[in-house]
Amino acid sequence: MFGWEFPPHILGGLGTASYGLTKGMWENGDMDITFVIPKPWGDEPKDFANIIGANSTPVAWRDVNWDYVQSRIGNVMDPQMYFNLRDHIYGDFNYMSTNDLGCIEFSGRYPENLLEEINNYSIVAGVIARTVDCDVIHSHDWLTYPAGIHAKQVTGKPLVIHVHATDFDRSRGNVNPTVFSIEKDGMNNADHIITVSNLTRRTVIEKYGISPDKVTTVHNAVEPLNEELLKLEAPPGKTSKVITFLGRITMQKGPEYFVEAAAQVLHKVNNAQFVMAGSGDMMDKMIRLAAKRDIADRFHFTGFLKGKQVYEMLAASDVYIMPSVSEPFGISPLEAMQMGVPSIISKQSGCAEILDNVIKIDYWDINAMADAIYSIIQYPAMFNELREQGLAEVNQITWDKAGAKVINIYRNLINR
Amino acid sequence: MKAICFYFQIHQPFRLKHYRFFDIGNDHYYYDDFADDDIITRIAQRSYLPANEMLLDMIKEHGKKFKVAFSISGTALEQLEQYVPEFIDSMKELAATGCVEFLSETYAHSLSSLYDPEEFALQVKAHDEKIFQLFGQRPKVFRNTELIYDDDIASMVYSMGFKAAITADAKHVLGWRSPNFLYCSASAPKLKLMLKNGKLSDDISFRFSNPEWASYPLTADKYINWINELPQEEQLVNLFMNYDAFGELQPRESGIFEFIKALPRFAAEHDIQFWTPSEVVSKFKPVAELAVPYPMSWTDEARDTSAWLGNTLQQEAVRKLYSIGERVRLCRDRRIKQDWNYLQASDHFFYMSTKHNDDGSVHSHYSPYDSPYTAFTNYMNVLSDFMTRVEEQYPTSIDNEELNSLLLTIRNQEQEIEKLHREVEMMRNNIVKDTTGDFPIDMPIEVPDPVAAPVLDVGPTLEEKPAPKKKAPAAKKAPAAKKAEPKKPAAKKAPAAKKAEPKKPTAKKAPAKKPAAKKTK
Repeated sequence: MFGWEFPPHILGGLGTASYGLTKGMWENGDMDITFVIPKPWGDEPKDFANIIGANSTPVAWRDVNWDYVQSRIGNVMDPQMYFNLRDHIYGDFNYMSTNDLGCIEFSGRYPENLLEEINNYSIVAGVIARTVDCDVIHSHDWLTYPAGIHAKQVTGKPLVIHVHATDFDRSRGNVNPTVFSIEKDGMNNADHIITVSNLTRRTVIEKYGISPDKVTTVHNAVEPLNEELLKLEAPPGKTSKVITFLGRITMQKGPEYFVEAAAQVLHKVNNAQFVMAGSGDMMDKMIRLAAKRDIADRFHFTGFLKGKQVYEMLAASDVYIMPSVSEPFGISPLEAMQMGVPSIISKQSGCAEILDNVIKIDYWDINAMADAIYSIIQYPAMFNELREQGLAEVNQITWDKAGAKVINIYRNLINR
Repeated sequence: MKAICFYFQIHQPFRLKHYRFFDIGNDHYYYDDFADDDIITRIAQRSYLPANEMLLDMIKEHGKKFKVAFSISGTALEQLEQYVPEFIDSMKELAATGCVEFLSETYAHSLSSLYDPEEFALQVKAHDEKIFQLFGQRPKVFRNTELIYDDDIASMVYSMGFKAAITADAKHVLGWRSPNFLYCSASAPKLKLMLKNGKLSDDISFRFSNPEWASYPLTADKYINWINELPQEEQLVNLFMNYDAFGELQPRESGIFEFIKALPRFAAEHDIQFWTPSEVVSKFKPVAELAVPYPMSWTDEARDTSAWLGNTLQQEAVRKLYSIGERVRLCRDRRIKQDWNYLQASDHFFYMSTKHNDDGSVHSHYSPYDSPYTAFTNYMNVLSDFMTRVEEQYPTSIDNEELNSLLLTIRNQEQEIEKLHREVEMMRNNIVKDTTGDFPIDMPIEVPDPVAAPVLDVGPTLEEKPAPKKKAPAAKKAPAAKKAEPKKPAAKKAPAAKKAEPKKPTAKKAPAKKPAAKKTK
């Protein structure tokens, strides 16, 4: 498998989904998974997948001894692996900037020179493909498609690409041609395409012109929360209802609709507070909008939340809203439901396809959104029903089921 | 010999319009008239009117041998009167043949039988009155909303004077027993029970045009044969269904009308007759008692009340609604009364069901909302506004019993004042006739004083003013009298009154109101 992010060092939903799926597949048994990421930190869970760092894979020969390798990357990878990989260098990449181990450096994030990093990743993939014996190659998201294609050319094994998002979702239609061509190339070369929702599946078929029989939807799932997080409670002394938006404040997530709905509700209800947690390029605009609507006293911005803070925020919330304009899947409403928070999601998000006990609205329908918020904070039965039914529902959505579906796709490919 | 008893349900609720929380307190009109008009007109054109025509033809053709029964909810009647008056005419025509029986039910097709016995009794009365006005019949057989029935309801229904009730054939109640007999209630053994034959009824109303059904196509010949082949001792087949099964659930093209039309001919061959519920009840003897501790109905797979009360949303909404029942009954505002009726329709709760699978698809088929949560939100917004209006009339800070006694005092005083008025008038006349000169005509104000004395019991402030002018102050000062027992002022004054006539209504009203006041606690 080729991925870009892996917990605990994640920047978005991609890492969580890659991790969950890998673990879910492992739980189905009889799988030997190698997961390649650009830059492991050493604290990734290694019990169900063998992790190879692209930045510790040599592409140029360096004469180094075992102890040195051990001291340099021993926390990330078994040194023996390094030497195995070194035996499979297939070209002279000394012209590239490599370090003392003959490896290329990776940031593992989304830097300015992202395209260069993608290309380097693909070079590294050639070495790994020659070293590790596999039956199926699986690439997560467009960043790793070139690597997947390269590995397929080297090994001749079937390539599965996993579309977590397309550029159409990220850009509301203004597609970056370079990204599009990488995506399109990946889809053309793939033997099978997995999408995270039917919404994304349609995008792949319609916008990228892929044959429908090559595309299958495997909905994402959620990891059960641990005890510590579930025990989190709302801060004492909380008197008003809290309605929360949690995510990047960007065009894709529809933050302005949330502010408008908040304005409507606050005109009628006094004991409510709205929270916009996250950061993004539209944050300043949203602050101005809240001020313009004269609700700034009860509309709060928290900035970017990470790790446990997210769950603390959810524990203090009475309503969770995700008004995304276009969301390939959207895992965060599921997390809110796990914390027992009633959720309102847009019909334009992939998770709406599998959730019943949430309120679904069109992202632009501010009135419906305000109605739903009002109803949940005003009528206890509504809150309780959504909370309990939502909890029961989300606990049924587990990764091992998603994993089984993916394994099934593998089987069909191998036996073809 | 066997008998078929046909009974058709006609019901339409007043659907709520999209009512936003901004409207609470501002907009007091709740209904989506366009949707109501649209739906009832469509169903009437496609189903009710042609079906009525069919029945009329059949009755004409077969004389008195073909009979059916109807149960039409009050809300449906109102809508039909408003939007499809020709249907009412056609129904009157059917009623005039004498082959059609009308059944009793709650006016609003409500769940009051489960929550509010007093409301239940009032609604049944209101419905029967409406049926009498329109069709000149007093219903004798009762059927509850969607055939909801349990032992408690049986007792209430029996005490209201009904001989029989119609209900469903829930498997968990009947067990091995067949619905093809007349039963009687365990809690009120004199109340007879007719049970729906679920299989044969649904064959017509749900499966008739389904090509995947093993018995497709269903012909009248085949159907009557099934009935004929039932064991000899099972003589009664109750076919209960929604009237829109003809033409709406089963489209006209499926041949449903021809199928029904052909039934009497084949029935006659096997000596199978068509009876109304009243006939069934008078001609058959009940074979056993049926105990139903938990309510059953004819809806959903579970055949219980979970279609309306299955989740917390529904329970909350119903509870909130009936929590103000007593208050609403104190109100005299006609619009409040009307809204109260319309809001009780069981359909509103039906839309809030969160069931999935087959049941769920039935719920969403009928629901005007895209999700049960929207249904709940909309209904609760309307209900909030309605409750505010009731609150405005009688603030919740006064409890029901207190309020009751106050209202009674006010009403008694009104009567008292009127009575005194009359006496003053009478005495004035006497004075005019008096020619002795002992009582000069220009001093009539002095006269009422001795008569006014008994009023003192009611409100101490009243004594300062002469009786005839007292109307307004008496009503205003009523709260001062709240410590008085509700019955007392009336009872005390009654003997003081000289005439028997005004005394009667006062005395009557007091004991009648008292049980009502007691129930509140």
